[in-house]
Amino acid sequence: MSTFLTEEPTQVTDAAVSTRLSSLDTLESEAIHIIREVVAEFEKPALLFSGGKDSVVMLHLATKAFWPGKVPFPVLHVDTGHNFPEVIDFRDRTVERLGLKLVVGSVQEFIDRGELAERADGTRNPLQTVPLLDAIQSNKFDAVFGGGRRDEDKARAKERILSLRDEFGQWDPRNQRPELWNLYNGRHTVGQHVRAFPISNWTELDVWRYIERENIELPGLYYAHDREVFARDGMWRAVGEVSQPRPDEEVITKTVRYRTVGDMSCTGAVESAAATVRDVVIEVAASTITERGATRADDRISEAAMEDRKKDGYF
Amino acid sequence: MSTEIDTARAAALLDEAPLAHASLFRFATAGSVDDGKSTLVGRLLHDSKAILADQLDAVARTSADRGFGGSAGGIDLALLTDGLRAEREQGITIDVAYRYFATDRRSFILADCPGHVQYTKNTVTGASTADAVVVLIDARKGVLEQTRRHLSVLQLLRVAHVIVAVNKIDLVDFSESVFREIEADVQKVGRELGLGSDGITDLLVVPVSALDGDNVVERSERTPWYTGPALLEVLETLPAADELESHLESFRFPVQLVVRPQGALAPDAIAGGLDVEKYRDYRAYAGQITEGSVKVGDKVSVLTPGQAPRTTTVTGIDFAGAELTEAVAPQSVALRLADEFDVARGDTIAAAGTVREASADLYAALCWLSPKPLREGAKVLVKHGTRTVQALVRSVSGKLDLATFKLEGASSLELNDIGHAQLRLAAPLPLENYLHHRRTGAFLVIDPLDGNTLAAGLVNDHPGDHEDERYSI
Repeated sequence: MSTFLTEEPTQVTDAAVSTRLSSLDTLESEAIHIIREVVAEFEKPALLFSGGKDSVVMLHLATKAFWPGKVPFPVLHVDTGHNFPEVIDFRDRTVERLGLKLVVGSVQEFIDRGELAERADGTRNPLQTVPLLDAIQSNKFDAVFGGGRRDEDKARAKERILSLRDEFGQWDPRNQRPELWNLYNGRHTVGQHVRAFPISNWTELDVWRYIERENIELPGLYYAHDREVFARDGMWRAVGEVSQPRPDEEVITKTVRYRTVGDMSCTGAVESAAATVRDVVIEVAASTITERGATRADDRISEAAMEDRKKDGYF
Repeated sequence: MSTEIDTARAAALLDEAPLAHASLFRFATAGSVDDGKSTLVGRLLHDSKAILADQLDAVARTSADRGFGGSAGGIDLALLTDGLRAEREQGITIDVAYRYFATDRRSFILADCPGHVQYTKNTVTGASTADAVVVLIDARKGVLEQTRRHLSVLQLLRVAHVIVAVNKIDLVDFSESVFREIEADVQKVGRELGLGSDGITDLLVVPVSALDGDNVVERSERTPWYTGPALLEVLETLPAADELESHLESFRFPVQLVVRPQGALAPDAIAGGLDVEKYRDYRAYAGQITEGSVKVGDKVSVLTPGQAPRTTTVTGIDFAGAELTEAVAPQSVALRLADEFDVARGDTIAAAGTVREASADLYAALCWLSPKPLREGAKVLVKHGTRTVQALVRSVSGKLDLATFKLEGASSLELNDIGHAQLRLAAPLPLENYLHHRRTGAFLVIDPLDGNTLAAGLVNDHPGDHEDERYSI
């Protein structure tokens, strides 16, 4: 017989009377709990906000967490200089609507100052790390919310909801704090900061169902539209200032949508007729390709691409 | 380039089983690689169609490279759970990995806990949030010392449902007698521990072949003597811990922060027609219900350390503009109270008359998770609910031999040890027995120097406490 904690059980009342929460309600409550914990325990949090769907959902959750008050932290965007103009426009309108402060870290400015060098492949996503860490340090942010989800890839599957970063913004997968119950330990020393991922446990389908349920506005790129594209590396690239077809790449007009809206130079579109949020929910439910594999060129560089970037202080 | 979609099928599925009603279920796996745990996890993901085409392609390529000839179309399912490059290079599994899949009845969060090294740390971590834990046993080996250790930890952590999967049943020719013998051994260990017979936990035993899929998603014809449900059916139908705890009469609500916007009302809410006058003096207490339920009009006690409990009435339950009449665990809400008490983060709001007095003496079981050992006299931090206080480790009164379930003398605790300790807190906390209160009976022990988490703590009753003395308000 165990000598531990042996005692009579408490009485349980009629199991049929109480409401059962849906999985989305449970995930929403978990995320709001985490957002409130971080705001309560940190001096100066900020939310990474790109106008992408995960960060839009994060911001929506923050508005619910502090209603009827304002969201009590600024938003931070690392602008690669290659963003879709309509996404930047959406970002600015959202910040205005919610009365938030926007902090922008600019990859272009770092390149102009000679502190970052353009890569041979033209991709700027990996260049975001330096401006991100600079913005965190110069603004003294001690917690940074991100919309990262564990279903995105193998590295994220092992990352904590509160992820401690050292002075260089590095993630050490072998030295993570155990995360127990709903007790989050965000203690850190000077120079360290914490990345907080309140929607860690959401899947892509959860995000889309939540966008549908909550009637959340997204940049139009997420829905089917006609666009001039060319094929490269097995995906459709938009023709734009920073993504020009080579002579052997034929430009055609296709009905496409984007599943992620990062840097124009490395984000591909998928052929899709999903013009409404309902269409997208159905498409995502039926899809047989994970979103990063389908549309991010920089994750194809190697299977361990995300792991390498995270160790370097990426989102 | 284009996603391969059968949208008609997806639309039909969504209409048939609207996901809006699917609930969330968290489970963990415990066992070593040799027990076929990775294969079982891979099988669950594969057969529930959670594996996507590009992932499957990558795994099929690697399987072919390694000359694998298993029965799932030549795919080594264990590769689906292959981890980080750092792990592959060193041939180790670093940490708990979280995976997601859904059926039309439930969404699942799976905490895949490595078994070999630091099994206590990983099992405790995975089990702390789990509604159920699946423990693997190799049918050829039966109940091993490691099985006893796993079951012991799960009993201690009060995991609601423990499912023992007797794997590789194909390798014992689907023998009923082998299964029955193991099943009897498991039930015997369960009885020794009080697991499955304490009215809180249950213990189920299922014969499976992860490699071939028998009794994993579908019931197998090769085990006609087994009439119970397949593993996934079990996971789809067991009540989640939150469902069980939302029915408890003991409402608990640690206050996270006070929502008091004063002038700083949200511009979008104002644009949406918020009554600015009504909310000018708005004051509510935000938090997540850890157990039980609350209704408008309920009598509650506000527990502030160092003060006598104050009783008041709930006048409103708000959630982002919606006024609710009732809320249940684990909902995040904001409560309005009748009296203008000074309530702050770290206080607990609880059903009136159900909480014993706060205490600065903490008797607990500690699962030691740090390479830095615990010594008597150490100063640590204790995080309980939404409050963190300093604490002094007065004494370590023994550690548990997980294989024999006996308590042996000890004056320190090392990594992966589980022992009893007495701590003196700098401020009293509304501590409750973990056995009955999985959230308010749990705490973290934190190193004040570097902020790292040292231990998972489970509150015990004070020595000599009796059930009827626990309620003092």
